[in-house]
Amino acid sequence: MGIEAQFQKVEEKLYQNRYLVDAGQPHIKIAPHEKPSKNLLAMTHLCPAGCYTEAESGQVELAADGCLECGTCRVLCEESGEITWNYPRGGYGILFKFG
Amino acid sequence: MIEEKFDAIVIGAGMAGNAAAFTMASRGLKVLQLERGEYPGSKNVQGGILYADMVEKIIPEFRNEAPLERRLIEQRFWLMSDNAHTGMHYRNDDFNEEKGNRYTIIRSQFDRWFAKESQAKGAILLCETTAVELIRDGYGKVIGVRTDRSGGPIHADVVVLAEGVNGLLGTRAELRPRPQASQVALAVKEMHFLPAEVIEQRFNIKGDEGVVIEAAGTISKGMAGMGFIYTNKESISVGLGCLVSDFAENQTSPAQLLDLFKKHPSVAPLIAGSEVKEYAAHLIPEGGYNAIPKLFGEGYVICGDAAQLNNAVHREGSNLAMTSGRLAGEAIFQIKSRRDPCTAQNLSLYKKLLDDSFVIKDLKKYKDMPDLLHTQASNLFLTYPQLVAKAMENFVRVDGTPKIEKEKNTFSSFRKTRGALGLLGDAVRFARAWR
Ligand SMILES: Cc1cc2nc3c(=O)[nH]c(=O)nc-3n(C[C@H](O)[C@H](O)[C@H](O)COP(=O)(O)OP(=O)(O)OC[C@H]3O[C@@H](n4cnc5c(N)ncnc54)[C@H](O)[C@@H]3O)c2cc1C
Ligand code: SF4
Repeated sequence: MGIEAQFQKVEEKLYQNRYLVDAGQPHIKIAPHEKPSKNLLAMTHLCPAGCYTEAESGQVELAADGCLECGTCRVLCEESGEITWNYPRGGYGILFKFG
Repeated sequence: MIEEKFDAIVIGAGMAGNAAAFTMASRGLKVLQLERGEYPGSKNVQGGILYADMVEKIIPEFRNEAPLERRLIEQRFWLMSDNAHTGMHYRNDDFNEEKGNRYTIIRSQFDRWFAKESQAKGAILLCETTAVELIRDGYGKVIGVRTDRSGGPIHADVVVLAEGVNGLLGTRAELRPRPQASQVALAVKEMHFLPAEVIEQRFNIKGDEGVVIEAAGTISKGMAGMGFIYTNKESISVGLGCLVSDFAENQTSPAQLLDLFKKHPSVAPLIAGSEVKEYAAHLIPEGGYNAIPKLFGEGYVICGDAAQLNNAVHREGSNLAMTSGRLAGEAIFQIKSRRDPCTAQNLSLYKKLLDDSFVIKDLKKYKDMPDLLHTQASNLFLTYPQLVAKAMENFVRVDGTPKIEKEKNTFSSFRKTRGALGLLGDAVRFARAWR
C-alpha cells in the first residue's frame, strides 16, 4: 500500500459537511505573487480542508469553497499581506451540523 | 434598520456570548446578540466536555432541559507510542450522582439551546448577521457596531466581544493582537456514528454513562499536541490538535495526522464500522496567561476565547468562556444599575471579578507551561512516550531475561536517549511550570 493510499482524500472528508457557498464571493483571497513565502507554501500542507494547492508554475492557489473557517491561514499569512481573510457573508460558509 | 439603543450588544452566540446575554437579559437589561452563523453553534467546535458547575451558576436547572450527551464517569489518559499506549484509567461510581459533574455535548445543539434561554429572558438574537466594524465616538469610545445587513449602525452603551479565537472585530480595531502561531493550536475533529449499544459495549458503560480519553505521544510526531476520543450518545468524537507554529515548521497535514491517529491499534477497534458524518477544524487558544490581552476599555469588554481564556493543560475552555461572559454580564449590570456610564474605569470591575475567579487563578498557575511545551515538544511528545512504552514492555514481556537486567535496560535507555542531566532538567522545568 503506497503512502497515498493510507490517507483518506480531504475532499472525501469534506463531502460529509454542510456548506452554503456564496458563489463568486470567496472570503479569502491570495495576493498575486511570484514566489510564495515559507508560510504560504506551508498552507498547501496545513490547511485542514486542502484549500491551498501549489501550481506547476510554483505559485500557491486557493479554492475556498471547502473552507472550514478555522483561521489557520489567517494566523500565518494575513500579517504579511499575502492573503486577505474575511468571514463569508452572514449565514454562508461552513454550517456545522454537530461541531 | 434598528433605531433603538441597547444597553449591550453581544458579538457571538458561543459559550461566552450566550452566558453574557443570558446574565444581562435575565437581569432586565436590553440586549442585542449578533451571530454570523445560520444558527448558534453552526460555526463552533468543541470536543466537547461540558463542566456542569459553570453552567449551574448561570442556569441552575440546566440538566433538565439542556441537550446533554453522556455523563462522564471515567477518564483515561493515554501515553502513546507507535504501536502501544500506556494508560491510566480513572473510573469512579461516585460520578454516577444525580447532578453529574461533567457531560459530553454537541455544540450546535447546546449553543442553540443556550441562546434560546437568553431569548426567553428577552434578549434579541439576530443570526446570519456578521458585525463588520466597531463604531467609536470622537474620543475613541466604542458606541456600537455596523453589520453586513442593510441598514445603519446599531448603538449600545457597551459591546461584549465574545467573537471567539478567530474574531476579526477586536483585532481590526486593535483592541487585541491577532493570535500568534505559537499561541494557537489547530484541531481537527470527526464525528463517528455508531449505535448506542455498541459504544456502551466498547467502553464498558451503560445508560447515559460516558468515557473520555485524552491521548498524547508519538501521535503528534514530536509536535506539541493532544488527541481525544469522547463518547456521545450515538457517536464518538475523535480529534487531534497541535500548535500552529509546530504544524508550520513540520509542514504536516492535520487531516493525515488524524487518519494516523484513527488507525492506531489502540484507537481503531473503538471506532471500527462507524459512519463519519462530519469533519471539522477550529483553533484553540493556548497562549495561556501571558497571551491574555487587555480585557476591557472604553465601551467594551472581551470574553472567552477572544481573550485567550483557555486552560490547555486541563483542556478547559468552554467553562472559562462561560464564566467570563457571566462575570462581564454581572459587572455591566452593576454599572448600569448605578446608572453609571460604561467607561474603562467602571468596566475594570469585570477584570476584578475575573481575577478573583478560578479563570485567572488557574491560568496564572500554568503561566510557564505554554513556553515549556513549545521548547520541549519533541522530548515531551516523542522521546518520553517511546521510552515509557519501552519500559512497560521490559516490565511486562516475559522472555527469560533476568529482571535485574531488564531494569538496567530500562534505566539505560532513558539515560542514553535523554541524558541524566536532560532528564533532571526536564523534571525540574516541568515541576516549575506545574507549580
Ligand atoms: C477541537 C476542540 C475541542 C475542545 N474541547 C473542549 C472541551 O472538551 N471542553 C471545553 O471546555 N472546551 C473545549 N474546547 C474549547 C471551547 O470550544 C472554547 O473555549 C469555547 O468554544 C469558547 O467559547 P467562546 O464563546 O469564547 O467562542 P466561540 O464558541 O468560538 O464563539 C464565538 C461566536 O462568535 C461568532 N462570531 C464571531 N465573530 C462574529 C461577528 N463579527 N459577528 C457575529 N458573530 C460573530 C461565531 O460565529 C461564534 O458563534 C475545545 C475546542 C476545540 C476547537
Ligand atoms: S481558514 Fe482554515 S480551512 Fe479555511 S482556507 Fe484557511 S486554513 Fe483552510
